[in-house]
Amino acid sequence: MGEFDLLSSLPAIAPEIGLTILIFVAVLLDSFLHESQRKGIAYVAALGMAALAIVPIIPGWAPEPGPTGDYLFWGGMIRHDALAQIFRIMVLASGALTCLMAVDAKRVGNKGEFYTIVLVATLGASLLSASADLIMVFVALETLSIALYCLAAFKRNDSKSTESGMKYFLFGAFSSAIMLYGFSLLYGFTGQTNLYALAQFMGTEAFANNAVPVLAAMVMVIVGFGFKISAVPFHFWTPDVYEGAPTPVTAFLSVASKAASFAVMMRFFIAVFPNDLVIGDYVIQNFWVQFMAAAAVISMTLGNVIALSQKNIKRLLAYSSIAQAGYVLMGVAALQATTPLGAERAVASVGFYLFMYTFSNLLAFAVIILFSEATGSETIADLAGLNRRSPWLALTLTIALLSLAGVPPAAGFFGKFYLFTAAVEADLVWLAMIGVLNAIVGLYYYLVVIKVMYVDRSEDEDKPIPTSQTYRWVLGVATLAVIILGTVGAQVIFEWAVQGAGTLFALLPGVF
Amino acid sequence: MVPLWMFLLVAAALFCIGTFAVLSRRNAIAILMGVELMLNAVNINLVAFWRYGTPETMMGQAFTAFVMVVAAAEAAVGLAIIIAVYRSRKSVVVEEVDLMRG
Repeated sequence: MGEFDLLSSLPAIAPEIGLTILIFVAVLLDSFLHESQRKGIAYVAALGMAALAIVPIIPGWAPEPGPTGDYLFWGGMIRHDALAQIFRIMVLASGALTCLMAVDAKRVGNKGEFYTIVLVATLGASLLSASADLIMVFVALETLSIALYCLAAFKRNDSKSTESGMKYFLFGAFSSAIMLYGFSLLYGFTGQTNLYALAQFMGTEAFANNAVPVLAAMVMVIVGFGFKISAVPFHFWTPDVYEGAPTPVTAFLSVASKAASFAVMMRFFIAVFPNDLVIGDYVIQNFWVQFMAAAAVISMTLGNVIALSQKNIKRLLAYSSIAQAGYVLMGVAALQATTPLGAERAVASVGFYLFMYTFSNLLAFAVIILFSEATGSETIADLAGLNRRSPWLALTLTIALLSLAGVPPAAGFFGKFYLFTAAVEADLVWLAMIGVLNAIVGLYYYLVVIKVMYVDRSEDEDKPIPTSQTYRWVLGVATLAVIILGTVGAQVIFEWAVQGAGTLFALLPGVF
Repeated sequence: MVPLWMFLLVAAALFCIGTFAVLSRRNAIAILMGVELMLNAVNINLVAFWRYGTPETMMGQAFTAFVMVVAAAEAAVGLAIIIAVYRSRKSVVVEEVDLMRG
C-alpha cells in the first residue's frame, strides 16, 4: 500500500465523512428542537446528502490512482474509482429523496431518529459501493442491514411494520451468517482479505487440483448478495417486508440497498473470480456466470408472473422489483464477454439500469405515499379515478410505471436496451430473448394499474389528493430525472458509466 | 500440536448445528441463537486460519473482532424487534406472525 498519506486518502471517503457529520447534526437537532419542528431535520439531511451527491461530479475531482498506482486507499479497504462514484451518487440521491418523502408520513416524518437511521443506512450503502476488502464489505453490509432492520420495524406499535422488521431481520441475519462463512473460507484459502489480492493467491499451485472448496465458498457468498438484491431463490422476504414497512422505507430499501449490493457484487466477482482464474482445468468464471444467468431467468419469470395477480400496489412493486433484479442480473451474467469493451459495457449497462431504476422506483413510491397518506389505502382498485382526482399525480405515476416497464421516452427503455445489448454481445442471445418476453409480461401489469387510474371511476373523484410543496419538488425532480435519462441524458450517462467501468478493470493483474 | 483440520471440523459442525436450528426452530429467539452459533463457527474458522496460515499479519484477528462487534449490534437490534412483535402479538412463534400472505 506504500506510505500512508492522509490528505490524498481523504477524498476517497469524502461522502462518508460528510454523512458522519450529518448524523451528528441530526442527533443534535433531534435533541434540541421541539417536537413540532423536527420535520426540519428532513430538509437538513436531504440538502446535505444532495450536496454530497454533487461533490463527485465536480470536474477535476475525478478519482485518481493512489500512491501505488492502483485505486486502493485506506490500507486497501476502499477502492476509489469512477464506478464507486456513480453508485454513491445513486445511493445519496435516494437517501435525500427518501428523507423528503418521509416528511408528511404519519408517525414517521416528525421523528428525528428516522432521518438519523436513514443517514446511517446511506453511510453503509455508500461504503459498500466502494469497499474492496472482505472486512469492509462485511462491516458496510451490516451497517446498511442493521439500519434497515430498524427502519422496517420503525412504526413499533403497528403489527405489520414490526412483523416485516422481524422477517427482514431473521432472513437477513441468516443469509449474512452464511456469506460470512464463505468469507472466512476465502480468507483461509489465501491468507488475504483484500478482494484484489485474493485472486492472485487462488491462481497459484496450491489450488491446482480441487475447485470444490472455492466453489462452495463462492456459493455461500452468492447467498448473501442474492438476499440483498432479492433475487430468486432468496426473495421470500421481499413481498412481506415491502408491504409491511413504512412506505418511505420500502422506497429506500428497494433502491439504495439494491444498488449498493449490485455494485459490490460486480466488484467482488470481477476481482475475486476473474476470467483468467482456472482451477484444475475448470474456468471459475463459467460457474458464476451460469449461476447468474439462471438466477436472472427465474427472478424475471417468477417476479413478473406473481406480480400479475397482486391486489396491493406495494406487493406489486415488490414482485416487480424481484423481476427488475432479474433484468440486472442479466447484465452481471454478460460480464463473461470476451472483449474488454464488452465487459465494460456490461458493467455500464448495470450501472445505467440501476441509475434509472433508482429514480423511477422512488417516483412510483412517492405517489403511493401521497395516495396512502390521504386515503389510508394501498390496494390497486382504490387508485380508480386518480386521473380525475389529481391529474398530475396520475401522470407522474404513469411515467414511473412506464419507465419500469421500459416504454420510451421514459428512462427504462434505454436501461433495458443497454442490458439486452450487453447480453447479446456476450453471446447470451437466449437470455436476452427471455428478457424481452418478460418485459412484455411486465408491461401488462403496469398497464393494468394505469388503466385503473385513467379509465375506472370511483365515488371520490371530486376529492383531490393534497400535495405539499416539498412533495411537488420531489415529484418534479424525480420525473425530470426519469425523462432526461430516457432522452438526452441516456447516452451521456451511459458513456460516463463505460468510462467508470474502465477504471473497474484498470490495473487488474491478468484481466484482459 | 492440534492439526488445523480439527478446528475446521468443529467450526463446520457448529455451523451446521446453527443452520439446522435456524431452519427447524419456530421461535424467533431460538432462530437468533442459531444465527449466533453460525457466527461463532465463522470466528473459530477465522482464528484457526489466522494462527495456522498467516500469524504474521493481523487480518484474521481484526476480522474476528469485527464479527463479534457486529454480532452484538445485530443481536441488540434483533431482540428489540422481537420484543416489539411480542408486545403486539403476545407470541414470537414465526408461523403465528403472518398478517401478510401471498
